[in-house]
Amino acid sequence: MRCAGIDLGSRTIEVVIVEDGRLVASRQAETGFAPDRQAASLLAGESYDRLLATGYGRHLFEQINGTPTVTEIKAVAAGFHALAPEVDLILDIGGQDSKVVALNQTGKVIKFEMNDRCAAGTGKFLELVAMTLGFPLDAFGQEALKAEKTLQINSMCAVFADSEVTSLIGRGEDRRAIALGLHRSIVNRAVGMLKRFNLDRSTIGFVGGVAWNPCVHRLLEEHLQKIVHIPPNPQIVAAYGAALLAAGG
Amino acid sequence: MSSDYTAMWQELGLDLEAHDALLEALSSSYQDIFLSQKNRPQGMQYLDFVMSEVHGLRIKELLDARRAGRPVVGSFCVFVPEEIILAADGIHVGLCAGAEFGTEEVEKILPRNTCALIKSAFGFKLSRVCPFIEAADMVVGENTCDGKKKSYEQLGELLPNLYVMDLPQQKTAAGKRLLREEYVRFLHAMEELSGITIDAKRLRRGVELVNAKRAALARLNRLRSSRPSPISGLDALLINQVSFYDDPVRFTGQINSLCDELEARIARQEGVVAGTTPRVLLSGCPMAVPNWKIPMLIERSGAVVVGEESCVGERGSRNLTDASGATVDALLDAIVERYFAIDCAVFTPNREREQHVVEMVQAYQADGVIHYGLQFCQPYLIESMPMEQRLTDQGITTLRIETDYSMEDLGQLQTRIEAFVEMLG
Repeated sequence: MRCAGIDLGSRTIEVVIVEDGRLVASRQAETGFAPDRQAASLLAGESYDRLLATGYGRHLFEQINGTPTVTEIKAVAAGFHALAPEVDLILDIGGQDSKVVALNQTGKVIKFEMNDRCAAGTGKFLELVAMTLGFPLDAFGQEALKAEKTLQINSMCAVFADSEVTSLIGRGEDRRAIALGLHRSIVNRAVGMLKRFNLDRSTIGFVGGVAWNPCVHRLLEEHLQKIVHIPPNPQIVAAYGAALLAAGG
Repeated sequence: MSSDYTAMWQELGLDLEAHDALLEALSSSYQDIFLSQKNRPQGMQYLDFVMSEVHGLRIKELLDARRAGRPVVGSFCVFVPEEIILAADGIHVGLCAGAEFGTEEVEKILPRNTCALIKSAFGFKLSRVCPFIEAADMVVGENTCDGKKKSYEQLGELLPNLYVMDLPQQKTAAGKRLLREEYVRFLHAMEELSGITIDAKRLRRGVELVNAKRAALARLNRLRSSRPSPISGLDALLINQVSFYDDPVRFTGQINSLCDELEARIARQEGVVAGTTPRVLLSGCPMAVPNWKIPMLIERSGAVVVGEESCVGERGSRNLTDASGATVDALLDAIVERYFAIDCAVFTPNREREQHVVEMVQAYQADGVIHYGLQFCQPYLIESMPMEQRLTDQGITTLRIETDYSMEDLGQLQTRIEAFVEMLG
């Protein structure tokens, strides 16, 4: 049986097709301003027996297409569990929110934490400050890792951090040092969320768009003194999980 | 509204334009949230009628009663003893405090970081859209949390008739003495307001009326413990909310007939949802009309709310008062006993609330608990953390939510609540 999962995120949409439990295709596009049309074009030409939607746009998609839905929390747990069953604590930092999901040995969610309405420490935050510092987003982490020193960034609110960055630029500070400081503040926040769980006994996985950022990854491992597992494509894990759940349901 | 109440609202000094806008919003969210539900008990038609006339016929009744010499008393808290108000032939109504209204005006006199409930009460007063507060001969404030007790200083400036009641914060002998002294003072204030001397017979009658109302609510709660649930959590919350507005005798009769209907449903094993539906106990801050956001999200996520551990819920109606006392003093003692047992988070320590939640999870066959805290409501927010720990230790799946009356976090909350329901399923 061929099953599809679609993850309608705030920044990107992913589609994953699984056949008999194996991932056979995945596609990705920016969400843009018309997520329903973008989703339809991603699915165009794909054949599947069942489809399950997840992500923040799942209800819009459900209204239009009548597709059943699952939360990204359950989807990411199912996806990561299939990829790496030893992982029992998942950090997911996406475009507009961050989550920590704890799973049991069968991949069932046993507890989760999620940021509140503010976008502090998410992909959107990184995008904004990268732009202020004049770095392309995909090079932001690499550039931050080249910094010779780090600066303290106090504000985690996207708007306030942006003004703080502007004033540091105005003081003549090295922009890589500022970038490293920003990455540190994101990691501190993520670690704060992770610490609400039992970290000593956990195997940690990291997904979402921000997991592509090598600086966030390295700082997380330094801070936690642990390996943080990132799948080959950290953005498709929720869609993969949704496809697997579609197959199971 | 079935009749034109414009003249009445004008007489009360309401801002007609703002009030129309409020009624329109209320009516459309009522349609969307309540009338769209499936398998509702027939008895809910009464509640639908009450809600459709909440600013109309009910206000007319209050004004007619006032003309007949009965004082109308508005309050914000379950510590205000309705028994004493009824003993003086008074009418007790809960005041509007469940929606964001007039926020800009409120923030001129209260800090932005004040809880939504307090801001809402001020918003309704400042915007002149709450006929209950305008129709009240006396408004009773009570010194529960710091936010309320300090904001009553400001509210007193806006109202000609604010009466502030002090409350204990510790369940000690001295605390109980304070509560008794305050209830005696309130009894005299009611006597003065009504011109009636409250004797034992009158006070006993007040106790019996309120006991009957609480017993009907307790009966409803017992029926909700059945699986499948015979009534939605939204409808049950509405009943609890209306218990603060409606005439107690009429309300008691209507809720008892609704319970008869629910008993028949249970006998047929007919539920408002399937028996496999995840069952949620809602615990925490009170939800005044029209604060329906969280139960709506829970029930739209495929779960059913089977109980409310809240002042608008079981905490407010749990215990009855011993009505056997022969004197005013003896009856007052019994009233104090009853209210002193309320496990409001303003008490310190307040560990019995955790025990009550654990007991309710068992009694209502709940699969999990959602703890609802209003942003900036320190007493409940601070209790939410040890509460979560206690419940988790007992193997009870728990979700803590902190929010206000705005809709801006709807998407976030929906994801959290859906994920929680998935965990229960």
